[in-house]
Amino acid sequence: MTIAQGLFDFALIIAMVALAVGQVLCMARLVIGPTTADRILALDTMVINALGLVVALGMHQGVKVYFEVGVLVAMLGFVSTVALARFILRGDIIE
Amino acid sequence: MSLFLIVALPFFGALLPGIMNSAGRSACFGVTFTVTLSAFVGLLTNLPTVLAGEVVMARVNWMPELGLNFTLMLDGLGFFFAFLILGIGLLIIAYGRQYLSRDDHMGEFFTYLLLFQGAMVGIVLSDNILLLLVFWELTSLASFLLIGYWKHLPEGRQGARMALAVTGMGGLAMIGGMLILGQIVGSYDLSVILQNREAIQADPLYVPALLLILLGCFTKSAQFPFHFWLPHAMAAPTPVSAYLHSATMVKAGIFLMARMWPVLSGTPEWFYIVTTAGLVTMVLGAVIALFKHDLKSLLAFSTVSHLGLITMLLGTGTAFGALAAVFHILNHATFKAALFMSAGIVDHEAHTRDIRRLGGLRHLMPVTFTIATIAALSMAGIPFLNGFLSKEMMLEEAHHTVLFGSHWLVPVMATVGSLFSAAYCFRFIGHTFLGPVRDDYPHKPHDPGAGMWLPPAILVVLVVVIGVAPFLVQDFVFMVTKSVIGEAAELKTKYIKIWHGLVPALYMSIIAVVGGLAMMLVFKPLSKVWETTPRPEAKVIFEAIVEAIVRLAQALTHPLHNGSFTRYAMIGIVAMIAAGYHAWATGTVADPVRELQAAGPVPIAGWAMLVAATGGLVVMHRNRLLALILIGIVGLMVSVGFVYLSAPDLAMTQFTVEVVTIILLLLALNFLPNRTPTESTSLRRVRDAGVAIAAGLATFGLAYHYMLRDTVAASISEYHLANSYKGGGGTNVVNVILVDFRGFDTYGEIIVLGIAALLIYALTETLLGGPVRRRLLNRIPDQARSGDMHPMMMVVLTRVIMPVVLLVGFYIFLRGHNEPGGGFIAGLIVSIAVVMQYMASGFSWASARLKYPYHGVIGAGVLVAGLTGIGSWFVGKPFLTSDFTYVRIPPFHKFELATAALFDLGVFLAVVGAVMLSLESFSRLARRADTEDSVHPMDIDPSRNAAASGSAVDMKEDT
Repeated sequence: MTIAQGLFDFALIIAMVALAVGQVLCMARLVIGPTTADRILALDTMVINALGLVVALGMHQGVKVYFEVGVLVAMLGFVSTVALARFILRGDIIE
Repeated sequence: MSLFLIVALPFFGALLPGIMNSAGRSACFGVTFTVTLSAFVGLLTNLPTVLAGEVVMARVNWMPELGLNFTLMLDGLGFFFAFLILGIGLLIIAYGRQYLSRDDHMGEFFTYLLLFQGAMVGIVLSDNILLLLVFWELTSLASFLLIGYWKHLPEGRQGARMALAVTGMGGLAMIGGMLILGQIVGSYDLSVILQNREAIQADPLYVPALLLILLGCFTKSAQFPFHFWLPHAMAAPTPVSAYLHSATMVKAGIFLMARMWPVLSGTPEWFYIVTTAGLVTMVLGAVIALFKHDLKSLLAFSTVSHLGLITMLLGTGTAFGALAAVFHILNHATFKAALFMSAGIVDHEAHTRDIRRLGGLRHLMPVTFTIATIAALSMAGIPFLNGFLSKEMMLEEAHHTVLFGSHWLVPVMATVGSLFSAAYCFRFIGHTFLGPVRDDYPHKPHDPGAGMWLPPAILVVLVVVIGVAPFLVQDFVFMVTKSVIGEAAELKTKYIKIWHGLVPALYMSIIAVVGGLAMMLVFKPLSKVWETTPRPEAKVIFEAIVEAIVRLAQALTHPLHNGSFTRYAMIGIVAMIAAGYHAWATGTVADPVRELQAAGPVPIAGWAMLVAATGGLVVMHRNRLLALILIGIVGLMVSVGFVYLSAPDLAMTQFTVEVVTIILLLLALNFLPNRTPTESTSLRRVRDAGVAIAAGLATFGLAYHYMLRDTVAASISEYHLANSYKGGGGTNVVNVILVDFRGFDTYGEIIVLGIAALLIYALTETLLGGPVRRRLLNRIPDQARSGDMHPMMMVVLTRVIMPVVLLVGFYIFLRGHNEPGGGFIAGLIVSIAVVMQYMASGFSWASARLKYPYHGVIGAGVLVAGLTGIGSWFVGKPFLTSDFTYVRIPPFHKFELATAALFDLGVFLAVVGAVMLSLESFSRLARRADTEDSVHPMDIDPSRNAAASGSAVDMKEDT
């Protein structure tokens, strides 16, 4: 194992742990609230963290297909946030 | 002409009238008539062979493993019936052309008629009894459509339902009987079965088989006690009645008894059941017919009576009885079809069929009078008409029949039946046509055009010709009778004679005719007595029985199925836990073969979040929006978990489904209060919690068990992995399973998906068409709403991202066969891309840009998938066999073309259509009266202002 490889793995593990901690913190925000908007934002951040986790996992396991999952999450993840936001703003998400 | 073609012509021809309907009534009639005529001529080309005593066979193997083959056989009996069905069919079609009014949909009528005709021809030409059963059921269905043709009349619908219930029940019984018969003989081919008389009659299962088959025949041929459906089927248009009840539908039961005669008849069971049922039906039908005031009811009961007569003759089990039966089938078909058509003419012209409002039509409708009178006199048994000949033969046979040890029973009953039969014939003539001309007909009657009276006239000519010169049809009747009796008996009679000398049958005939005339003299007082006698009303009894069965079914299902989802879930889960425990406790439990692996901090964090989200959901589920957010977390973490466990395609599917689910649920939440009220008692919640915890522990136990052990049997995954590329041409096993190995399942699933979406659409449409519409439109939001309906940010973003999303969807679709992806995921991605536009710019703006309705997209998807499957037929492979090849178009790399991709395209379209249709239906429901339709893509649009001021500048320059 080269030094670069070892460093890379080390960085990846740190990244994943950081993302996991971020997820847990988001979870806490979601439980605390206090408003629905906070909770929706927490969910949105969790989607982004999940995207990071998927990408990190892909690098860690060396599987390219995971990045496509990442593309999907990145591309469509905002749709549910927007829908939830529209719901609390207008009640009706398609009007 | 090939027998296949004769059977297939009406079926394929049935497509034509519907298509030709817009070309006009004459075109519609023309194709129907041509189709029937072609089949008829085709049948006649086989006449020389049949007359030579040979049997024409045609055979194609269908499902030989089941003994079900498409085998057709044309012998004398089959020819005779097919001749009646197609020949009378021609006359009925000509008559129907004139009879149907402009309001009736002629294409629909003739389509049903041809379907029915094809099914009938199929019955009489089938050599395989399983095939015969298929056609038998088809006649029940087609007759249902025909009887209920006037859908706007409740009588028509009820009559059709009753006919279907009774004949359908009989058909089910007959399936059982036929299967037993096939088991006894070891073959389902009639030609084989008919050779095994001794084996069948000696078998202990002979009686059950006989009873079941007779149940089928009796229900179809309206024998007592199943006679009641036939008169109610008279609500059909007259051409239908004339066709179904003279030559076809009701004769199917008779046909089958005749067909099975060589192997089933001759035993005491056959004799007692069939003769008694026939005799009772004959007398009962004749008595009721006399007192019916509706012309068609009268004829209906007379049909019941004559069917009883034929049944009785077949029941005697003698060769002479069979001869008389065959001859009477021919005669009855001719005079009864003519009578029905005459009744239809009277109804058509006088606008009533009530015999009490008719009379004196002799002067007004001389042609109809002549036709109806000759036919009715033939039915009454007057010499020199064909009815007389077969009736004499019947009385002769009755004279020799000993039932229940009595020499008198059958002859006396037969004479009584004939007497009433003569009486109602005289009443039909006398009360309709004779007597003084009245001036209170609902409509001034006169003879119709030749198109309408010619068909019955042709039949009446036959009635007279056969009656005067029976030797003309004698050979034919003998030939048919020989093929009925086969080897089972020997026919001693050589001639059909008009004059037999002063034999008992003649005296019985004279008694019947004179008695019938005498009865007409005292008809008024008799009728009064009849009206005052209480009688069981068959329809009331039938409906009571149906209702009782429905109540019984409800009593059984409602305790289990009371509409409470909690209950279903509880019953299902408890049963599953019990079954799983049973399997674990009684089966062999292998030793663990694997060790548990240690988990890192990241998976543990993910797991903790899943647990926390699920636990939070349990605690906070009454806040619906919060519950939805928590479900979103669960979905998200499950997707990440799928990636972690190396299942990227599952992750993609899970994630896209998650997005669509949130949108769908938010649309639904719009109509619901924010909080779920507490409805169940705390005791019940404790019970539910107990069940839920047990289920969770059981699932955990199962998962834990399998994580450490191998499965007991080798799993199918190995096969799929090994054959995915070899057989399906794809390296993505999941996709190859979906579109190839399990393609038929997928095909069913997309159909179900489409149906579900259409149902959602139908439900919302019903809501919007009903009284709820006003409430929906005038809903007042339960909280303050922000002002910006269609924010610019969102519009711009969704427009920009749309092509990207579509491209990704296209990519995922294309490479789905070899890498994770496929039509299902691509469909969801594209749906989300379109839904974004709905959300950004509003329902009306988006739907205004919709080119194809989503129903059409679903239909196109199912069609593409289905056609792909059918495509493999053309190369002689079973449905949905896939194929693939590699092509290279320079300068590109070599790439694969697979039929599975086409199938996947169908899946893709069906998914897009179904998702969009359900989302669109919900949002259609959510529209309110006070919100305007969105014309512009966004509410605040600087470019619009610029354009407006720009045009203002232009105007200034112009001035």
